[in-house]
Amino acid sequence: MSQLSVQHLLGIKHINKADIDLIFKTADHFKEVINRSIKKVPSLRDITIANLFFENSTRTKLSFELAEKRLSADVINFSASQSSVKKGETLIDTANNILSMKVDIIVMRHPNVGACDFLSKHVNAKIVNAGDGTHEHPTQALLDSYSIREKLGNVAGKNIVIVGDILHSRVALSNIYALKLQGAHVKVCGPKTLIPKYIESLGVSIEYDIKKALEWCDVANVLRVQNERMEINYFPSTREYAQLFGINKKLLDSLDKKITIMHPGPINRGVEISSDVADSDQSIILNQVENGVAIRMAVIYLLAQQIQQ
Amino acid sequence: MIENLCLGKRKNKSTKFSENLNVLSIFVFQTMFGIPMSKKILLSSKEIHIILHRLACQLIENHNNFENTVLIGIQPRGIFLAERLVAILQNDYDISNVKLGHLDITFYRDDFRRREAPLEANKTIIDFIVEDKNVVFIDDVLFSGRSIRAALTAIQSFGRPSDIELLVLIDRRFSRHLPIQPDYTGRQVDVINEEKVIVHWVEKDTKDAVYILNN
Repeated sequence: MSQLSVQHLLGIKHINKADIDLIFKTADHFKEVINRSIKKVPSLRDITIANLFFENSTRTKLSFELAEKRLSADVINFSASQSSVKKGETLIDTANNILSMKVDIIVMRHPNVGACDFLSKHVNAKIVNAGDGTHEHPTQALLDSYSIREKLGNVAGKNIVIVGDILHSRVALSNIYALKLQGAHVKVCGPKTLIPKYIESLGVSIEYDIKKALEWCDVANVLRVQNERMEINYFPSTREYAQLFGINKKLLDSLDKKITIMHPGPINRGVEISSDVADSDQSIILNQVENGVAIRMAVIYLLAQQIQQ
Repeated sequence: MIENLCLGKRKNKSTKFSENLNVLSIFVFQTMFGIPMSKKILLSSKEIHIILHRLACQLIENHNNFENTVLIGIQPRGIFLAERLVAILQNDYDISNVKLGHLDITFYRDDFRRREAPLEANKTIIDFIVEDKNVVFIDDVLFSGRSIRAALTAIQSFGRPSDIELLVLIDRRFSRHLPIQPDYTGRQVDVINEEKVIVHWVEKDTKDAVYILNN
């Protein structure tokens, strides 16, 4: 197989195992490219990409922009904070205005669930979801699985625990879909208030005790507590959260094996993860960032391949 | 049909008659059942053996002990030829320090999105610097020259070579789209555009042979 089964990357829910394998295989080649002294290939020099970010982002936006530039695409950036959205323009109008400037691919982050899905039905361009509300963040899940594959050789059969704010996390949902597709065992762990009610229907198990969860797993993917999405208090205090669910060196040293620690960033040091863990040799957080560029190059390259000349 | 009979010229006389008879009977059979002629042999394994040794000698003639020369096999099909040449240089001519790299040109092609089937990338393995080196590109068939153009762009990511040469097993002359010519040629062939030249290597396809496919 050398082509994706989908026209847009809206979420991991819409793709299959063969798509993931193809993206990883392509990302392997791009990882080699970005480690050369000249880190650029001319494949997409006739493609224009718009990055529409209706929500704040540093890592994802930079990573996408770098991936696009390394493929030699022309890139235009847009952030909602400095745009006509503030003047009342609708999403389709904004997108169509940008498309009339002859844009081929739109990478979009939006605070509303399903915004990318909606856009893909109304505009004539390839859409890549860079995070829609609390729904999906497919490229993050792909780079997480890719990093696990790189560190442990394989994702199938591995025990992965996702720790923290599962309720507000698009990273958690996309990761669950991606890991299940690849045959991993997935557990979620966090305060009861931050675990969605029917999460078990996705084929994952729940653990409320962080120590037990860590003893079970090969990899712990630690999520950020998303204070900006919380309208009410889901736990009494940050200090209490850090005590009950925070991962520190002492906790890791008490385990009888060396587990791998991941974090999608940005890190709240001292809350969900302590500094000595984040900077330890068990953490692959910075590898995740590097792999993010290769994965995004692969996704954009494979989608661009489908655009008719 | 006529080309097939002409090919017989290279065989020795005793086999010529029976072989031609064989070709004739296949032709009659295929015409009877409406199947077009499809595959004919251009180079046998023995001929390839001789050509490879000649190419290796020509490389030695120009590059002595390969002190300042690196060989670059073009992915995917140039790798077999490149590895075979390195083996001959090592085993038969005692030149052991030949550097060989694999270069994939998929991301540098100018026909991205213009082809019917999507392109699949291969591994690039170049663990040395080509800066100020003499680079020899190695590929099995030279057709339009577009792969080599892409390779010329791709190699720049690994430094600035002092010069670049091209070695090919089969040169399909008269079918070039770009002003690119080989420096070392195994065999020149004149085939029409609809015909394909297929190189088989024992490592991958059970035996060494070059065929012309006629669709």
